[in-house]
Amino acid sequence: MLDRRSLLKATGALALAGSQMLPRFARAADKVPLVPGLPDGEYTTATLEALPGKKPLIKLSYRPPNYETPVAYFNSEFTANDAFFVRYHLAGIPDSIDAKTWKLKIGGEAAATPFEIGMDELQKNFAPVEIPAVLQCSGNRRGLSIPHVPGVEWGVGAMGNAVWKGARLKDILAKAGLKPEAVEIVLDGADGPVLDKTPKFVKSIPVWKALDENTLIAYAMNGQPLPHFNGFPARLVIPGWTGTYWMKHIVSLNAVTKPFDGFWMKSAYRIPASKFAIVQNFMSQETLANTPITEMVVNTLITTPDGSSASVKPGQALLIKGIAWDAGYGINNVEVSTDGGQQWRPASLGQDYGRFAFRPWSFRFAEQKPGGYSVLARATNRIGQTQAASLIFNPAGYHNNVPLPLTVNVA
Amino acid sequence: MNKQSKFALGLLVLLLPVAVAAQEKPVVLKPSSGLETVQNNCGGCHSLDYVGTNSSYMNHDAWQAEVNKMINVFGAPIDPKDVPSIVDYLTKNYGKAG
Repeated sequence: MLDRRSLLKATGALALAGSQMLPRFARAADKVPLVPGLPDGEYTTATLEALPGKKPLIKLSYRPPNYETPVAYFNSEFTANDAFFVRYHLAGIPDSIDAKTWKLKIGGEAAATPFEIGMDELQKNFAPVEIPAVLQCSGNRRGLSIPHVPGVEWGVGAMGNAVWKGARLKDILAKAGLKPEAVEIVLDGADGPVLDKTPKFVKSIPVWKALDENTLIAYAMNGQPLPHFNGFPARLVIPGWTGTYWMKHIVSLNAVTKPFDGFWMKSAYRIPASKFAIVQNFMSQETLANTPITEMVVNTLITTPDGSSASVKPGQALLIKGIAWDAGYGINNVEVSTDGGQQWRPASLGQDYGRFAFRPWSFRFAEQKPGGYSVLARATNRIGQTQAASLIFNPAGYHNNVPLPLTVNVA
Repeated sequence: MNKQSKFALGLLVLLLPVAVAAQEKPVVLKPSSGLETVQNNCGGCHSLDYVGTNSSYMNHDAWQAEVNKMINVFGAPIDPKDVPSIVDYLTKNYGKAG
């Protein structure tokens, strides 16, 4: 932690040191695979850069690190660990965490038998479960909000799909003697703020969701340990819910009898009440004005061709590929329009890897008549939810599932 | 660099996570009146690429609200007399009129 005086001096010195000692790096902004519609400054600011252990990703901010996955990677149904997006709120991130000395503390006033476990016990004492699931940042596509809203200006790549392996949170809570009066489980990780006055990123989930058989404390991702920047050595996995609850570098779970009132719950990650069709609400945190974001909305992304436009000859076939996902109700169907949304035709669904995973789909485009075709894709899930035809604006830019156009020029 | 600022730089580097800091290249913002105040007050908690990605859709009031949020919500130790020049710099170089 820094006090004001040393912070001012230190940052001034760092800026000076930076300009004198480090070379200037050429910006290759024209090569960064950004989608259209982002704030104009993003096109000259974002760069393709690699964090340790990662492939080059779209760097939106160095510190805290916020890096999104380029669209091309979503042609794989599962997102490789080294291409998986990185999202932190605050820059006090440990350089590394030793799994051998790492401990998870389970306690709180609603835990009758609090305890502490290490990684070996977590893996050996609780039945391991594997679940394929999409992890998507609440703010994915914030950069496409109209009007733009402040924050990390994510394009479409603040998400990924992985097979998560870990222990069921309900098994861990059972061992802690969860009392009936427990309302929420408070989640805290090893990372923190730079200044002691900044609210630490601490979240809570309702007890009923903590007890869901799909909610895990995961220690593996796609068969490997979690990458450091994705929460090594263990993180929450809450399939169907947005990433804000998937606490990285988890170190404590506290069962509490009153709603947790930290900044990241009571003020951040909120959506206007009743604007979105959400089944699972977080009632203990709801107010008259707004409610915490919970489930992901049903959505699609065109992944091939990679970009916002493509050209073909009259009659030439173009295989359009993409993915669809939702909060875990499962994708019922995907439709594609080639006329900007007036008429829709069914796409072919690919392999089903589970109701929480990306569902691949494809559509054969072949048009004889020369011209520009506005291609859109939309998914409908098994409870009848579909994508919004126009943006449902909200101040933090959440839940944008408006189909994004691909222009195919037939000439 | 004098002794004191060398110490402060060392302190900051110690506190910054090395794995992340090693990746951080200097973010060059537009040279204009107020830049140094922005660097000194904003660059301690976050890299300054946040400014570029959040441009240029915010007017004076919107940038003012962002700076206020950093002070009131995130506890940024910004001297009140520095606030106008920070907001003016951001609006003029990374914002819009109106």
